[in-house]
Amino acid sequence: MFSTEQSCWFVRKVICWRAAASIAWAVLLLPPITAVFIILSRFSFLHPIHTISECLSLLTSASAIFSFILLCGVILMVGFLNLEYYTVIPTIACSKIALLGQLLHPRQFVSSVVHCIMGIIVAWCCAITIGGRYETLGYPCIQSDGSPQMCLNEYQLILLLAGAFVGFSHSLLGVIHNMNYVSFHTVQQYKYLRFKGSLPLVVKCSAIQALYSIRNYIVVYFFLGYIPRAWICKTLNLHLTSSAHPLDSIAGLLDLSLFYHLWISATFLLFTWYITLLLFRIFVTEVYSFPVQSSFTEDAHQCLPKVLLTDKQPMILKFLALQDLALLSQHSPSRRCEVFSLSQPGGHPHNWNAISGECLSLLADLTQRLVAYHDTVATNGRAKSLSTGSERKTSSETSVTSGTEDLMSPRPTLLMKTPASVFARSIVGGPQSPLTAPFTPDLDSPFASPALRRLTAPVEQCSPWHGTVQSPHIMRRAPKLWSTSTDSQVNGSFPPSPASVPSPKQEASKPSLLAQFLQNRKEQVLHFVTDQNYNVILPEASSQALFADSQAHIWALEGLSYLVQASFSEDHFGVVQTALPSILSCMLVLQEAVDRHFKLPHASSKPVRSTSSIGDSTYKTLRFALRATLKTAIYRITTTFGDHLNAVQMSAEHRKRLQQFLEYKE
Amino acid sequence: MCSLALFPPPLPSGQTTLCESNNELLSGTSTEDRPKQESSPLSLYFPRESLKLHSRTESSSKAAFLDHSETLWMRSAAAWRDGGLTGLLTEITNSHTEVPKWLSVSSGCTLALLRWISSFHGSLFPHLTLSSEDMIAEFSQVLNWSDCVVRAFSWHPHTDKFAVALLDDSIKIYNPKSATTPTLKHRLQRSVAAVQWKPLCASALAVACQNCLLVWHVDPCSLSTRPSSGCAQVLSHPGHSPVTSIAWSPSGSLLVSASPVDTAVMVWDVAAESCVPLQRLGGGGVTFLSWSPDGSHVLASTPSTLFRVWETRMWTCERWPCVKGRCQSGCWSPDGSRLLFTVQGETVIYALTFTDAQVLKQSFEVFVLYLSASGDELIMLDLSASVGGEIQSLSWDPRGERLAVLLKGDPQAVDRPAIIAVFKTRTNPIFELLPCGFVQGEPGAEPRLMQFHPNFQHGALLTVCWSTGRITHVPFYFLSTGVPHFGLSGSPLLPRLQERPSAFANQSLFTELIS
Repeated sequence: MFSTEQSCWFVRKVICWRAAASIAWAVLLLPPITAVFIILSRFSFLHPIHTISECLSLLTSASAIFSFILLCGVILMVGFLNLEYYTVIPTIACSKIALLGQLLHPRQFVSSVVHCIMGIIVAWCCAITIGGRYETLGYPCIQSDGSPQMCLNEYQLILLLAGAFVGFSHSLLGVIHNMNYVSFHTVQQYKYLRFKGSLPLVVKCSAIQALYSIRNYIVVYFFLGYIPRAWICKTLNLHLTSSAHPLDSIAGLLDLSLFYHLWISATFLLFTWYITLLLFRIFVTEVYSFPVQSSFTEDAHQCLPKVLLTDKQPMILKFLALQDLALLSQHSPSRRCEVFSLSQPGGHPHNWNAISGECLSLLADLTQRLVAYHDTVATNGRAKSLSTGSERKTSSETSVTSGTEDLMSPRPTLLMKTPASVFARSIVGGPQSPLTAPFTPDLDSPFASPALRRLTAPVEQCSPWHGTVQSPHIMRRAPKLWSTSTDSQVNGSFPPSPASVPSPKQEASKPSLLAQFLQNRKEQVLHFVTDQNYNVILPEASSQALFADSQAHIWALEGLSYLVQASFSEDHFGVVQTALPSILSCMLVLQEAVDRHFKLPHASSKPVRSTSSIGDSTYKTLRFALRATLKTAIYRITTTFGDHLNAVQMSAEHRKRLQQFLEYKE
Repeated sequence: MCSLALFPPPLPSGQTTLCESNNELLSGTSTEDRPKQESSPLSLYFPRESLKLHSRTESSSKAAFLDHSETLWMRSAAAWRDGGLTGLLTEITNSHTEVPKWLSVSSGCTLALLRWISSFHGSLFPHLTLSSEDMIAEFSQVLNWSDCVVRAFSWHPHTDKFAVALLDDSIKIYNPKSATTPTLKHRLQRSVAAVQWKPLCASALAVACQNCLLVWHVDPCSLSTRPSSGCAQVLSHPGHSPVTSIAWSPSGSLLVSASPVDTAVMVWDVAAESCVPLQRLGGGGVTFLSWSPDGSHVLASTPSTLFRVWETRMWTCERWPCVKGRCQSGCWSPDGSRLLFTVQGETVIYALTFTDAQVLKQSFEVFVLYLSASGDELIMLDLSASVGGEIQSLSWDPRGERLAVLLKGDPQAVDRPAIIAVFKTRTNPIFELLPCGFVQGEPGAEPRLMQFHPNFQHGALLTVCWSTGRITHVPFYFLSTGVPHFGLSGSPLLPRLQERPSAFANQSLFTELIS
């Protein structure tokens, strides 16, 4: 297959150039930002003209140019990290311990260290530009015995450490607020206007975030500041002066000018990074127009139907293709015409078949996920406790496949069984392509509970419903088998190891003793972890995780419904008519599943909106957007076709449902 | 040039316009048609006395309680919470006995400076000095909004139901097919300026209120007469109040809202409750929005002599300066290619033609040419005859065959009441306006608000809300000339007509009164 070259094609030709353009703009914006920073950091009300002339001379000095080159390097690094870590499907931690697992992930650790180092570099540049008492780390001083020595300048040290602290907290907050998540806007705007529109928000966010970080930093330095100070003194063979009082005292930290300089440096640091991130988001989510069909065979893999169909690809490609589909179906009659056209020779509607088939399989996948989730979740809105879940998994898997060794290597076999889950498949390829799921928690670690694994559906493969899709009867029956023990376990009492509870299925299959032993140990460890309060699944987060990639479904719904609407007058060959029954039934089934999901107690609760964070929280409301889009899509088809839909073949249940839509009673 | 002199003369007092049939407006005396009006389920009457109005003299319940002395800190905190910076400064200035002299003097100076700056700002944009109720009354499409019993009205775009916002800040939903009439009340639902149903949806109703936007989700199958306020989504953005105009996109995906104090047009993704401000300098605010039926353009008028036409694909805009006054009202032809608008202080309807970007530029030139008093493209209606006056609002029926114009009249002169003039319009092959007649109500009743039914089968149906609190429907029976139409949703209307040949088979040559 051509999929590998193709992903290379798109990343190489589009994404990399977009990232490079965004970094270039960030570098170009650096001089004005630096100039503003210099003026703000050195301004004094008493000598305004003197300050400005001083700033001008500083801007042209050699040290300023050197620190500017360093800052450019930092921006390049930040841009590279953005490109490396971005994702279009957010990773949602369903419990606090899962979040901890994300924070302790090695990949995240590397990112934190890099951010720390970059923070120190930026802070050093700030120290150079602010000048005065911050300029050098050591200075010659006279000790009490009269001998000249090098003494430690604690002012620069505190600034450098502040840079490290702010960089570290930036990378931690990046995980907590999903800052690497790139969302797509419903309102298309030109890049410059989008940038201009979000600039005030970036200024506000960076100032506020810097204030909070510096506050925390000062508290930390007050208690622990002596450790790095002593270490630096020892390593660099510097001395502490007895005359200057140390800064980790109340008197030392109550220095308003010091606080101002720390804050303005942190703001500068965060602002340059946020700007880089903002530019990256704007550039990478720009609409890319794929050709619907190409007259040259070598370009065939770049066409919209092919791009939609292929699996092993960066998710961004699939998202951009779906976005393009939604836009073309809405706005451009000439490209719609190509979708409805027949192939020459042969007369097959290949374009339409490929596009509608892919959209339908996406929607069917979501329906399956919702149905399975609904079966998994207990009526109180929390996930069933661990033992029921994993026990069910063992029982169902032992019956579907054979033996418990599936627990050790369930992926290949299960993969073959779920052809519809395109997303899941492509994410399994995640370890090879780092672009897809950078902060994916280490799900095999004992920190990640099996409940989490079940709930992070798009991220995780060994969730039970991938197996149970094949065997719905067992799936339905299993909760009844173990529901008696659920309550006591949720309440926190340590239950007997559930594997020892006799299960007829397990008795029948007779797993090997060693596997049984390992399984027992694993369960016990997991129980120890999961029984704590902090590992309670956050129900809203699980609902968010379920709809994490729903932007794709929204576009699929929009694209399909607009195409069907346009087909009423534009489809000369009737290619859409053949797919109309399946489109309608797919949408109606999904509608039913979504309705059922929103009856769960946690699903319809609105998330708290945070405005003072640069992190994009669009993913928190995707389920509401999906519900609204789904209804609108069905209405769009019913208002277009009206009573003609009575001629469409469908089941009685669906017809009843459709009649509700025709009468505007949904 | 199409003057009102060509119109048939207005009806004598006591006659009410009933409908249009066979190309002429039929009238009857108000006594004889009364039983018929009462029998129709959708003709409503809201007597002013039946509404329980708020006695909103006090803004807070402070006066009901005994005065008790709080510390300066507590009072300052309360003033900061209630009135922001200005409130805090006022509080400090007022309590000059307790604070140091320099503090009270400096805060007094700051306050004076702030007031001076805001008055300077207000002199640039005089509307900013109005209170929010006055602002809504000034910029609303409803004639004499503050005194109106029915403050807003909206037909559902697909079914025969409508929402009515009343003077007591409640909204009632009438549906002839259901016995229940839900009444919507919400703590934040004050001074409703506009309501609109979401297209391609059965339940969502957007309401423009004094401080926010509300989106109600009224389940059509529910039997509840008082949906709880949990059914309403509150959309608000700092600095974006009062909201005077809202418009849903015809595809039902986006909602735009405008406020005269905010220079940005807000584009809301209602499900996600997120908004994108479309900021453009100049104009001092946005007063009126109208989305073209094909979804490609949005008209946004400002309080100054300027309006903008947004293109909705990439959200760029074109500025259209007027000379005389602000753009008061506007409406789009069904295919979105033609925009009619009126300017305050003039008795003229202007037309703009949009076919593609190039022609838009040309028509801009025509517009400029017109201002130097020539040009064919522009249709000028000199409405300063004995009836008429300035134009309050325009409404075009969804097939593009009837245009209703609400004339303000002259409140001082007795013989020039507000009146609705109706034109026949034709868009193919050239744009034409032909006189049709005046729509009048009972004696003493002035039209305040009007809207065409979005999908009336037999022609056009104009719903008029009168100053007496009555809502009547005036049908215009005619056969469509058969040009392809785009309904509100962009869905073709023709198939529906073709389904029922029997309904049309027994009709006479041109039109017939079906009742």
